Amino acid sequence: MTLLALNPLVSPDPGLFIWSTIAFVLLFFLLSKFAWKPIVKALDERERSIEDALTKAEMAKEELSKLTNENEQLLKQARGERDEILKEAKILKDQIVHDAKNLAQIESSKMIEKARHEIHNQKIAALEDIKNQVATLSLDIATKILRKQFEDQKKQQALVTDLVETIELN
Amino acid sequence: MDLSHIFNSKKVLVAVFYAVFAFSSFSSFAKAQQQELATTSEHEAIESLTEEEEEDITKIILHHISDAHDWQFWGHGDHRVALPLPVILWTDKGLVTFMSNKYPHNEKGTTVFEEDGQSLVNYHGKYYYPSNTKNKEGQYLELDESHMPTNAQPLDLSITKNVVSMFISMGLLLVIFISIARTYKKREGKAPKGLQSLLEPVILFIRDDVAKPQLGYRYAAFMPYLLTVFFFVWINNLLGLIPLFPGGANLTGNIAITLMLALCTFILTTINGNKNYWGHVFKPHVPWWLYPLMIPVEIIGLFTKPIALTIRLFANITAGHILILALISLIFILKSVFVAGVAIPFVLFINVIELVVGFIQAFIFTILSALFIGMAIEEHVEH
Repeated sequence: MTLLALNPLVSPDPGLFIWSTIAFVLLFFLLSKFAWKPIVKALDERERSIEDALTKAEMAKEELSKLTNENEQLLKQARGERDEILKEAKILKDQIVHDAKNLAQIESSKMIEKARHEIHNQKIAALEDIKNQVATLSLDIATKILRKQFEDQKKQQALVTDLVETIELN
Repeated sequence: MDLSHIFNSKKVLVAVFYAVFAFSSFSSFAKAQQQELATTSEHEAIESLTEEEEEDITKIILHHISDAHDWQFWGHGDHRVALPLPVILWTDKGLVTFMSNKYPHNEKGTTVFEEDGQSLVNYHGKYYYPSNTKNKEGQYLELDESHMPTNAQPLDLSITKNVVSMFISMGLLLVIFISIARTYKKREGKAPKGLQSLLEPVILFIRDDVAKPQLGYRYAAFMPYLLTVFFFVWINNLLGLIPLFPGGANLTGNIAITLMLALCTFILTTINGNKNYWGHVFKPHVPWWLYPLMIPVEIIGLFTKPIALTIRLFANITAGHILILALISLIFILKSVFVAGVAIPFVLFINVIELVVGFIQAFIFTILSALFIGMAIEEHVEH
């Protein structure tokens, strides 16, 4: 205590103490009511809202990734389906072409057959005609030759005799 | 509550550390003061010119860091320019009020003046009831061997330099933080802006690094007190570093202020102390035969905490001010303008350090307040 009494610096001044107490208590209440309360509240609220926003963003991200996943899945499926359809179409096309080819072949072979048949018929007819003409011509020629040969009476006689001699009467 | 074990050891350590630190700084400071006073009296006996000047410098430094009834800007004696402040005295004859410049500036105690029928004498900026007769140095005072008047004093309720400075800092705090609070309301949910974004990290720092770790889940109730203390100490530390009006009033280096702040913490600690806290004091966890030793130690411990708070802030800020003033005074002691080439960079350096110290001391005061309150409200933990 002698130390405190010695030095004016370390002996608290009662006036300043009283004033500072009044001032500080007043400052404390004013700041608490008008500054700290709204500030601390606003800070807490903002923190909460930021946390909220972050959680929501996280959720949105998840949702988005889920959606993207789904989209991808859908795309994949669609692609698969498209491939399937294309494949089927190709098969169908091949089938159709094949069928058409077959049909054409059958048709053409049928036509060829018909043509051949016709040709054959025509050939036969033509041959017949030629045979007939040849027969007529040969008859004509034969007639003419015969007529020439039998213009002479003797020859006719000879022939008849010849023929009669050959005939054997049984 | 597995954290509280670390907490316990940490807080004991911190308390011990600061108690030791505060005591050592206090005692060395007191010793220096004693020496100063001793040399002062020696010098007065010898009465040589240079020594008188040195003594003057000591006086000037002490004058600069102590409270005053007016706010001196510059000049000395008849050329003194100062802002007069009201003097309010509660005397034997009732309330006496007058402006500090009503009577000629005389702090030597050699003139007696009368106000409202009450005669008074001013000695080193303090008002005393005068003695009836002069002493041998022409003062109406009776001085003891350490040159302190033994005369009675009226209760001095003056609006002194420190009180004005405190009002200025209060005004600043109110304007700054109420405007910030308004910004918070106006820009609800938006990012901070301007002054708000400058101080928001500090507020968050007090909340997240001071209040929450020390006070746990009950931190919210003590936030207003901690924030008020922190910003009050900080702004006054900073204002004290400004050499010109409205700064330079060494408010947080005044023991009355630090005592008041420490008492606020002490009162909060005491009224919030729970069963567990008082149990530690009156039923410490030691064998019963140690009670006669431990209980007084624990009770002393209750009071050393606010005393440590008081002395630490006071000594740190005052030491900073004395250091800066002493470095500047070197120029006048060595009587060479070239000393300024060394002294001024040093002063600048110390000033920058003081800026940091101003923040650190405000932080330490706040965190220790939080720690002491935290100890008082800590729930029971099985040891």
